[in-house]
Amino acid sequence: MAPRTATLTTAGEAAAVRGVHKAFDGRTVLDDLDLTIVEGEFVALLGRSGSGKSTLLRLLAGLDLEHGGDVGTADSVMVAFQEPRLLPWKKVGANVVLGLDTDDPRGRASSALGEVGLAGHADAWPATLSGGEAQRASLARALVRDPGLLLLDEPFGALDALTRATMHDLVLRLWEQHRPGVLLVTHDVDEALQLADRALVLTDGRISWESAIDLERPRHRQDPRLLDLRTEILAELGVDMNGTP
Amino acid sequence: MLSLSTRRRPLSPPAPDSTVPEGRGPARRRPAGRTDPPARHRWISPLALLLTWQAGSAVGLIPERLLPGPSTIAATGLELLRDGTLLPAIGTSLQRVLIGFGIGAAAGTVLAVATGLSRWGENLLDPPMQMLRTLPIFGLIPLFILWFGIGELPKVALVVIAVVIPLYVNTYAGIRGVDARFHEVARVVGLGRAGTLRHVVLPGALPNLLVGLRLSLGSAWLALIVAEQINVDEGLGFMINSAREFLRTDIVVFGLIVYSLLGLATDSLVRLLERKALVWRRGLRP
Repeated sequence: MAPRTATLTTAGEAAAVRGVHKAFDGRTVLDDLDLTIVEGEFVALLGRSGSGKSTLLRLLAGLDLEHGGDVGTADSVMVAFQEPRLLPWKKVGANVVLGLDTDDPRGRASSALGEVGLAGHADAWPATLSGGEAQRASLARALVRDPGLLLLDEPFGALDALTRATMHDLVLRLWEQHRPGVLLVTHDVDEALQLADRALVLTDGRISWESAIDLERPRHRQDPRLLDLRTEILAELGVDMNGTP
Repeated sequence: MLSLSTRRRPLSPPAPDSTVPEGRGPARRRPAGRTDPPARHRWISPLALLLTWQAGSAVGLIPERLLPGPSTIAATGLELLRDGTLLPAIGTSLQRVLIGFGIGAAAGTVLAVATGLSRWGENLLDPPMQMLRTLPIFGLIPLFILWFGIGELPKVALVVIAVVIPLYVNTYAGIRGVDARFHEVARVVGLGRAGTLRHVVLPGALPNLLVGLRLSLGSAWLALIVAEQINVDEGLGFMINSAREFLRTDIVVFGLIVYSLLGLATDSLVRLLERKALVWRRGLRP
């Protein structure tokens, strides 16, 4: 595991961020930020580009250790990045169990790949996968370790709309089976409303808006409560609603 | 105001791109009406050259004393093979190259890993390596003779230097060129330093390492040929030099051909290795 500055999570918490401050070259990106994700909670983090969402994710992933304040996470944290980042020189199965301490790497790899609908692809080279398939393999790599905290960094951003919808269903199903705490960083409001238990908006390094989304899944896009939340979030993000249907 | 009327299309086949969310692209096709000439055509011009050479020698246009014809050279080669001169000479030269190459390749790789992975290594090791790189290696010969005498050592040492430099430069560039995002993956999945080296750094640098290997094999043979010009009493260089003294142009030319065939053979070995080690690049299933 990557070294962490502090493991301050108390029981029942997947992530605990307290008074975190982060600046690049004097420009403040995260400003005295607090965030708690409880075990098994699905949190979506929205924000305009440059709002600091990816920075926060990197702090939680332990990829950036220079910051003020405390960042605590569950023992095992995994990330699905925006790009699948499969090592091109390892077969898909070997990518999934990369660095995993197990007696049966092949078995673990193929069962994890089966969960994401890629059974039989363990011996394929990553270059032969489509974008959606590669992203699913990347999810398998994250979930095979049963993380306490799963960080999703706009993992569906580069996919076409149909593939993205399939991926949303897949992520929900996997989350319901494994129950990690999830932080989904996204700029897609509908995606956040479809998936998350709670949505946050990050503005200028602080959480400027948040709301629970207490609706049963699967959720209907046209549900009036979702549409209300959508309008609120878009306003918070500074999107002018006049002119959009 | 836009009015959007949706009309159902009568039984037209679905647009192909709307039904395939995750399909692979169509197979690459060559433009219609064009076929590449077959690869065997590549033999035409070398064979034509060889025939012209043979004909020129036969009619006396090319003086036998300066450049004997292909058939004479082939006969000479057969003779050298039969009288037991050729194989020991090849053995000696090959041995010099292989020893020098082995030492140089190991040193070059270790140096590249040390400089590629740590700032300390880079600051301490890279400057002298860059200095060595700018040094004309064949200018070292007089120095090597003074240091190591005229035995095997100066020849092998010259090959070592010739191998270390291209291998080091390419492997180092390869290690530094490994995508930083893969290093992040290594950190996230908890690969340690050794694991990262084994699973991320070395395979990522392998394409460059193999390029360096081919370049360094080429310069190994070059260094050997130059080294074998001085004070040798065995090997291919000795065979060529003694032939010169007896004005046996045919042996000189034959020796050169053997050198290039040996170079070609070792190069093909690395290319074979390349094909085996880099299958992932072409995305082939085994």
